[in-house]
Amino acid sequence: MTTNTAITSWCLIRDNEIIYNNDLIFKNTDSSFLNFFKEAYESLNINYPKFFKMDNLCKTGFLAAEILLRDKGLKEKQTSKEIAILFSNANSSLDTDILYQESTKTIASPALFVYTLPNVLVGELCIRHQIKGENACFIFDNFDPDFHTNYIEMLLNTDKAKACISGWADFFNGKFEAFFYLVEGNNNTLPMHTSQNVLKLYKGYGTTN
Amino acid sequence: MSKIYLAGSGAISAIGNNVAETFKSLKESKSGVAPISILQTQHAKNIPAAEVKFTNTELAKIAGLNESISRTALLSMIAAQEALTDSTLSVNLDWRSGFVSANTVGGMDLTEHFMKEYLNDTSTGNLQQVVNHDCGAATEIVAKKLGIKNHVSTISTACSSSANAIMYAARLIKNDILDWAIAGGTDAMSAFTLNGFKALMILDENPCTPYDENRKGLNLGEGAGYVVLVSEKVAATLPKKMTVELSGYANANDAFHQTASSPEGKGNFLAMEAALKMSGLKTNEIDYINLHGTGTPNNDVSEGIAIMRLFGEHIPKSSSTKAFTGHTLAACGGIEAIISLLSIENKMLFPNLRLETPMKELSFSPITELQENVEIKNVLSNSFGFGGNCSSLIFSKV
Amino acid sequence: MEQLIETLKKQIVEQLNLQHIKPEDIGSDQPLFVDGLGLDSIDALELIVLLQQKYHIKLADPSEGPNVFKTVRSMAEFITNHKK
Repeated sequence: MTTNTAITSWCLIRDNEIIYNNDLIFKNTDSSFLNFFKEAYESLNINYPKFFKMDNLCKTGFLAAEILLRDKGLKEKQTSKEIAILFSNANSSLDTDILYQESTKTIASPALFVYTLPNVLVGELCIRHQIKGENACFIFDNFDPDFHTNYIEMLLNTDKAKACISGWADFFNGKFEAFFYLVEGNNNTLPMHTSQNVLKLYKGYGTTN
Repeated sequence: MSKIYLAGSGAISAIGNNVAETFKSLKESKSGVAPISILQTQHAKNIPAAEVKFTNTELAKIAGLNESISRTALLSMIAAQEALTDSTLSVNLDWRSGFVSANTVGGMDLTEHFMKEYLNDTSTGNLQQVVNHDCGAATEIVAKKLGIKNHVSTISTACSSSANAIMYAARLIKNDILDWAIAGGTDAMSAFTLNGFKALMILDENPCTPYDENRKGLNLGEGAGYVVLVSEKVAATLPKKMTVELSGYANANDAFHQTASSPEGKGNFLAMEAALKMSGLKTNEIDYINLHGTGTPNNDVSEGIAIMRLFGEHIPKSSSTKAFTGHTLAACGGIEAIISLLSIENKMLFPNLRLETPMKELSFSPITELQENVEIKNVLSNSFGFGGNCSSLIFSKV
Repeated sequence: MEQLIETLKKQIVEQLNLQHIKPEDIGSDQPLFVDGLGLDSIDALELIVLLQQKYHIKLADPSEGPNVFKTVRSMAEFITNHKK
């Protein structure tokens, strides 16, 4: 496993909390997910009205990525085609699929249909951050740190990308979580990009070396 | 890193139940677009589609699977098995093998059937029909039947899905994680998808006319297409000589809109440019482009403009074969990889059917007649999907 | 007509999920697309659905869209004309 790459930031959304690089930056004990999304958006001063048109899966992933990339100056370091996105989840777009299916009982909703694909989340991130590099979307039963790590190492070591936004986001039946992290060239003060470190961060164990 | 050879192929679509039948239809300009006859939908009279002309019962028989399995998985099994048989490889301990399959619709054809009954009366509906709803289930069912265990994964990136599956499988082989893999995709018709595309108003109520000035939209299709990718080491052990290799590939994002392409086809351009760079080929070495060419006003102009920007004055011959197969969604990258293969091996270029008026915005127009005895060394195949996901593959004669 | 315009504003906010906008904040003559409210092509399709669902008017040709949906007032006029 190469040690040329590092995890330069991460964002975890779980149990109605948003944690960024070890810091709790938002918490909402209200159980409604709609309120969680709206209040996080407002509290974190995000200015992107298109957010409200997104489906719940996209909102979940968008929030995590927004916080992840804020103040990173990523686009100053790499060109848009040098940044890749790797995304995976378990429930695909199932939550929206169900809502869309309901709409077909009367008139099929085009706005809902647009979100019946899991990779549209990646599309939304690309539009927001103007990212044009390689992007992939996989479906797994659970978050697979080995898979993500191997895939990203392959990308970065073969110069297909200089940085990779790696994400896992899921929304189903009101339950949601997201884990997004950024992998870039090594800086010795940051956690190395290894499957072990990725797993530790995903589990919420915070910084490690 | 190893070269990647194509050792086998398998396909099923509206124009053929296997590769030989597909080739025959292409040669004879026989399109598979027709009034809907298999899918139960209120739109059957108004919207043509390119269906595989078998019921699930008939498909199950051919696939050797239970007919309670989703249509997506049945189509996948038939094409994947044909590809494996064609390669003469068997799944054993000599080599590490993988199955990388893509789809967007999963088991939706059965689920929506269940939903209809269940919504009317919650005490009815057969739960067995929803057990294999997720995209991954279709892949796992086929992997199990084929006996592939080393690596099984599912990709779901809309219309670029199976092109991405082929790319990913190639990488697994190049990085010495696998020795060979079956890669491609599948998608079956469903009311869910048909209603959705109708809501987006991008369907043509007549047989589609890709790259025509007066095109109105796409026709949905269904099917599955898989290629068997092998490393040089594996290729050396096979009885037949390798004739085609996967010499380049790339993926990029258009970053413009969830379902529409940017007017200049930025993502399309980036994907084609990067695939060319990887292959080491110059633009004038591409002999044919298998266009994504869905027939929508938006896709064809964006793709066309991107091609003009990349190829400049010398634009290769091209055609959209979706006029034959319809838009098979996740399967199109796989099916069109096989059409590219057939082009190279048989020295033929298949026409872009039903094109009458070239597009004003473009300096080129696809070919409209079958061309035979054409020396084809390098083919570029495009697959552009919702979510801005753009992929290009390059196949080269060995 | 004014009553219809006010009703339409509420329906538009609901149909297009414009959670950050109040109906009363939409100008009756404010351009809905590009500038103004900044709606896009998918929103246009949803407005076609709204016409069908709430007013039973079918807009079969999407190219008529830009004129019909220019402003809330133009929508209201279109509905009034088609109801006659």
